[in-house]
Amino acid sequence: MDTTAVLVPDSDSDARERAAIDRSCRVPVLLFFSVAIFWLLMGTLFGMIASIKMHVPDFLTTFFGVPAGELSFGRLRPIHLNIVAYGWAAVVGIGVAIWLMARLCRAPLRNAWLVCAAGVLWNVGMIAGIFSILLGYGNSIEYLEFPPFVTFILFLAYALVSVWAVDMFVHRKKGHVYVSQWYLLAALFWFPWLYGTANILLNIQPVAGSVQGIITWWYGHNVLGLWFTPIGLASAYYFIPKVIGRPVYSYYLSAFGFWALALFYSWNGGHHLIGGPLPAWLITASSVASFMMFIPVLVTAINHHMTMKGNFHMLKYSPTLRFVVFGAMCYTLVSFQGSSMAIRSWNYLTHFTHYTIGHAHLGLYGFFTMIMFGAVYYIVPRLTNSEWKSARMIKIHFWFCAYGIIAMFVALSIGGLVEGEMLLNPKGAHNTFPDIVEATKPYLIARSISGLLLTVGHVVFAWHFVLMLVGMGRRTAGATLLTEASEEREGVAI
Amino acid sequence: MNKMTTLFIGFFLTFVSGWLGLVIIPYFQIGQLKPQVNEDTGESYPLVRSGLAERGKVVYEAEGCLYCHTQQLRPIDVDDDHSRGWGPRRTVARDYIYDKPVLLGTMRTGPDLTNIGKRQPNEQWQYIHLYQPQIYTKESIMPPYQYLFTVRKIEGARSPDALDLPAPYAPASGYEVVPTDDARALVAYLKSLDHTYALPEAPLPKD
Repeated sequence: MDTTAVLVPDSDSDARERAAIDRSCRVPVLLFFSVAIFWLLMGTLFGMIASIKMHVPDFLTTFFGVPAGELSFGRLRPIHLNIVAYGWAAVVGIGVAIWLMARLCRAPLRNAWLVCAAGVLWNVGMIAGIFSILLGYGNSIEYLEFPPFVTFILFLAYALVSVWAVDMFVHRKKGHVYVSQWYLLAALFWFPWLYGTANILLNIQPVAGSVQGIITWWYGHNVLGLWFTPIGLASAYYFIPKVIGRPVYSYYLSAFGFWALALFYSWNGGHHLIGGPLPAWLITASSVASFMMFIPVLVTAINHHMTMKGNFHMLKYSPTLRFVVFGAMCYTLVSFQGSSMAIRSWNYLTHFTHYTIGHAHLGLYGFFTMIMFGAVYYIVPRLTNSEWKSARMIKIHFWFCAYGIIAMFVALSIGGLVEGEMLLNPKGAHNTFPDIVEATKPYLIARSISGLLLTVGHVVFAWHFVLMLVGMGRRTAGATLLTEASEEREGVAI
Repeated sequence: MNKMTTLFIGFFLTFVSGWLGLVIIPYFQIGQLKPQVNEDTGESYPLVRSGLAERGKVVYEAEGCLYCHTQQLRPIDVDDDHSRGWGPRRTVARDYIYDKPVLLGTMRTGPDLTNIGKRQPNEQWQYIHLYQPQIYTKESIMPPYQYLFTVRKIEGARSPDALDLPAPYAPASGYEVVPTDDARALVAYLKSLDHTYALPEAPLPKD
């Protein structure tokens, strides 16, 4: 059982090697993080406006008294989705992936210009895409709303990152390949294939009929399952053992979990179309695969839990660990929930309701975003050679986001079940469509309030990051901890 | 064989299985469906949309109607869609062969629109509803689409398609609200949405 890739014995030469690697990552990783955090704020803003519009439909519909399509819910909602998915999640994910690859390959960054160019190109594409939707050129293919010329730019940017990653991997320092590297390489290999297929068959040369529906959800599910999830899990597999200073519990479980995820996840997409106009075998196959997802998820959960066992007290003072463990727990929860939503009878109740939206936020936010926050807290001090300025700000960030996402999840889940129950009983006395709309309003208001909590967390986080960037971090030897640590954590990287 | 090759073969095989299953096989199974021609009447189903309605579909996409409205009806054994009066039968693959992109939708924040052309064929109703949905349904959370209309001074006679808006939404006297080309196209598209005919694989239930 070899996990030396994570547990590098501390010696001067190793420390020097790590410092050299961090130095080489400095510009590209901070570039990706800065842009990602900018998009996070923009995504939050668009999300808030769209959320308020759902219970106050006349909110912000005119610009200086003139009705404006650019402020319409139908455009702002896909903009929110595309910003948080491709502006925030993908970009911060690539930033973390760059640093993890360099650290795990134990080699300074090669060809930094490649990733920097990719970062610039990606953001050119993002801006073009956002304006396309805003000005009324969105195509309503969920997760792929950008017009073809934009997806071409994004594809090119992404291809550069993939080429860079393979080049890094080829030139790695020989030795063990850690499971995080599998996840990262796989994600970087799968995504261009996924994005390319979906764009060609839906956007550029659309195929006929409802086969588009299954391709959309093959893409939509895999972009979460085979792109964001692997990056999130690669980070969890790296940071949990790293922070607590123990090897991952079982190498075999991590390998098994990886291959089971790769096989089953790629078949999941059809469960978004239960009851839809597609062949029954397809929906059934996807439902079975969704259920099989219990295996990799359970395996990963056990592995992380056993690694953490005996070290849960460290959640009290390590910011990274607190965010990452919160995210890992959400991963287990959201995956089990996702599997259950593939059960036909349960799906009939929850499908088409806000329950699904709650599920999506638990995944992309509770799991992925929270882990990325943890990663940023770990990586940035190593790039800026300074420590986070304020434990208090980190705490505010954590609690506002943790309570915010929990509140959002609970509100949307309950609201969705109420909505689903009423939708399924059209003969009920008070189940006309306007009744249903009225019944969901309190939950939509609750969602806006939870969004405000997230907004506070994000603004504090962004401000803290800016302070680090302009060199206002603390210049002390020890890391910034949430509470004073006991002596047992001597010498452990936080 | 070195580790990298082994890894990438694994990545490839796992991913290609789902790709074949969810993309390639469905493409060959239902990607080339033909319209159904009724031998007696010569009518072809699904109905072909007019050019204006086809343009309206683009407006529907750009304005994001899909984020709150589905265009798919589930099987009759899930009674809700049928009993709510949304349509007599489930929708099947053939219903969508002319749609690029298909607009199945994932949310029912608003009602399903598969057969809205049949359920609400009144143009004036559609225009007023788009202009300010709360005029008809006070609980509605649908956004107003007033930017798809023009307020203009009445020159001579009032336009025949000016909206009969109740107070407080009516324009100042001497002015009228008329739909833009986009609104006309969108309503033409909504009126074209009708799948209430039988297909061999989806017959109408005998009530």
